[in-house]
Amino acid sequence: MARQKLPPTQTLTMKIDDVDVTAKPGQTIKDVARDHDIIIPGLCYLDGLSIWGGCRLCLVEVEGMNKLLASCSTEVAEGMVVHTDSPKLRAYRKVVIEMLFAERNHVCSVCVSNGGCELQDMAVELGVDHVHLPYMDPDVNLDSSNDRFRLDHNRCIMCTRCVRVCGEIEGAFTKGIGGRGIDVRIINDLNMPWGESQTCTSCGKCVHVCPTGALVEKGTAAAEMDKRRAFLPYLTIMREAQR
Amino acid sequence: MTPEELIQIAEERRGQQAAVGKRINVCAAASCMSRHSDKIAEEMSSHAESLGDKAEGVEVRCVGCMGLCSAGPLVEVDHPADEAAGNDAPKTMYRGVSMDDADRIVEAAAGGTTVEQLVQPTDIPYFSRQKRIVTENSGYIDPESIEDYIAADGYSGLVTALTEMSPNDVLHEVTISGLRGRGGGGFPTGLKWSTVAKTDADKKYVVCNADEGDPGAFMDRAVLESDPHRIIEGMTIAGYAVGASKAYIYVRAEYPLAIARLKKAIRQAQKYELLGTNLCDTPFNFEIELRLGAGAFVCGEETALIASIEGRRGVPRPRPPFPASYGLYGKPTLINNVETLATIPWIVRNGGDALASIGTAKSKGTKVFALAGKIVNNGLIEVPMGISLREIVYDIGDGIPDGGTFKAVQTGGPSGGCVPGNLLDMPVDYESLQEAGTIMGSGGMIIMDEASNMVDVARFFMEFCKDESCGKCTPCRVGTAQMLDLLEKLCAKSATEKDLELLKELCDVVKACSLCGLGQTAPNPVLSTLRYFEDEYMGSLVGGVSGDGRPVPDVETKAGAPDRIER
Repeated sequence: MARQKLPPTQTLTMKIDDVDVTAKPGQTIKDVARDHDIIIPGLCYLDGLSIWGGCRLCLVEVEGMNKLLASCSTEVAEGMVVHTDSPKLRAYRKVVIEMLFAERNHVCSVCVSNGGCELQDMAVELGVDHVHLPYMDPDVNLDSSNDRFRLDHNRCIMCTRCVRVCGEIEGAFTKGIGGRGIDVRIINDLNMPWGESQTCTSCGKCVHVCPTGALVEKGTAAAEMDKRRAFLPYLTIMREAQR
Repeated sequence: MTPEELIQIAEERRGQQAAVGKRINVCAAASCMSRHSDKIAEEMSSHAESLGDKAEGVEVRCVGCMGLCSAGPLVEVDHPADEAAGNDAPKTMYRGVSMDDADRIVEAAAGGTTVEQLVQPTDIPYFSRQKRIVTENSGYIDPESIEDYIAADGYSGLVTALTEMSPNDVLHEVTISGLRGRGGGGFPTGLKWSTVAKTDADKKYVVCNADEGDPGAFMDRAVLESDPHRIIEGMTIAGYAVGASKAYIYVRAEYPLAIARLKKAIRQAQKYELLGTNLCDTPFNFEIELRLGAGAFVCGEETALIASIEGRRGVPRPRPPFPASYGLYGKPTLINNVETLATIPWIVRNGGDALASIGTAKSKGTKVFALAGKIVNNGLIEVPMGISLREIVYDIGDGIPDGGTFKAVQTGGPSGGCVPGNLLDMPVDYESLQEAGTIMGSGGMIIMDEASNMVDVARFFMEFCKDESCGKCTPCRVGTAQMLDLLEKLCAKSATEKDLELLKELCDVVKACSLCGLGQTAPNPVLSTLRYFEDEYMGSLVGGVSGDGRPVPDVETKAGAPDRIER
């Protein structure tokens, strides 16, 4: 007699911050947490884009693992016990936010994204009231060559949302990453001025997914740049539905 | 290729070798070649020819690395015919051979005499204390000749595996051998192999990680240059065991000689049908391609390496999923280091038990180390696991030159740490090194004497990590740059206690939060020097004095420091 095959697992149970939750196999920790109103911080993750895992703000503790795991990229497993908000994690997240502020020149008061900036919001949320790391004050330039948009490297946190939206959603592949380490920069095509790019469609998606004032529309003054991030999940859902 | 054909080739080659009366072996690996050993070999050949009858039976050939790189170029004269006949046939090794010495060595070999002033004694601990498995053919065979490799029992492991063993048998031998990854992590090789073997996929890959990049490490280069067929055989056995049919060797472009020899070796193996379709008349197919790295250290990290092979920017991605289930082109992929794969043919030939009988309870077999820095015998050594650091430094390495005193040995490159003098009797195995705050790493060992400033050593490695950080994750990108600034401040004696506190805090954050191994281990050189040489850090503060009043060694100029450490 042939052995009976076990049915595949449909749902699983786990624990996030001492709350028993259910999840579907294949979901990430971040997704499951959000389904249960537990919001894990993050800057590089954006609904509708591929997972990058670079900002390290969404790190969580998983019992039995000796390393912290990025909740945006780690799939859940049966019986997993996750802590998303321990004092240790809070302290690490604060330093990571401070690192981003110290890395380049973030001057909120004159930034067009002041008040509409995810980095700023995150800092407030995590209680970063001052930066105790030395500011690195790098000499960073700004690309104003595009007719409609501006790329200000001073405000860039290298979340690469613009790179991903440009390739994955618009399909233009204009935005890319150049250099490495502390000298890493967002580049257009083969590192040319944005205005000279032959591939850019000027769709503006990169501007609206950018969490900070690194990519903005021209003609905006301090605190005037409003970003419409909700378009992306909508676009992704509609495209999926069409398929 | 059938087993009979392989034996025939081996016997034919051994017969040819046994007909040679006097053989002059010239090291043609990168280190000796940088001192023109290839030209010396050419000169020897042409001189032997010009001598005519007087040099009858003299053959000059190029071989792989003989290990003692600081004494190069090395030349060894042996007598295969006498050896084959069972006669007493002492070998003579010559050190520091120059172009001017070429002719007289040929004449001496032809006349059965030696050039006394160039003789390198081979009865010293450097040679006698080694245990050679991975480097068993290094210096004995011509790396560009597949027949030489076959004559040294090469490919017999592969043919045995294909014709007499099932993939499970091979997995079993590798598992019981206790072999652990030689690239640094020390993950059990058998476990890694069986993980890949058990995944269901239409295609699987084997990748050889030959992107050796630790400062002062050159083990993999020597193996690739001296015995390239060994890697091909190891990879093919691995492919058979895990069910892969395609493999890549990811080798850094800075190793042109290794690349050239690998290319040649792959062509030769294809010609002999040791690579290709239906190997040994079995349904097993296997092909190997080379991929060259473009000079990024992070591409030694397995997920970055995969991205680089796929033609994307070489940056790591979060794990899990691990490459064993989701690797190259999304398929299950086995990634092993050069040295790990080079051990495989020996395991299949001699059995897993044979390797398990060498070493300590948890670290089996041998490990190749590259001795560099302030040590008399610079070069490559292969020693059994569990040997003490003291034996490596003082017996095999012959101590510190110019009457210096030993201060510390740095292992594991930028991911490792320093071991001070009072721990020299510690056995060299994965666990002991980890306990001491460092790692086995890929095998670089940099020996430092009392003139070394340990803060400067930490600064050197941090500069390396900062330069090599890919920039993807925040802690590594910003943290390494910040830590380097602080270490430079310390070296300039302008740091305060607050700076030291911040350095310690950053070490913790970068270690815990970074995305890949590069960032997670970047603070290790700082942490280990802080652990053993905190007084030097204290002495480097503004107005600071080291704990025991000892003066802190001066920091050399920036231009001089890397050179001193790397050599």
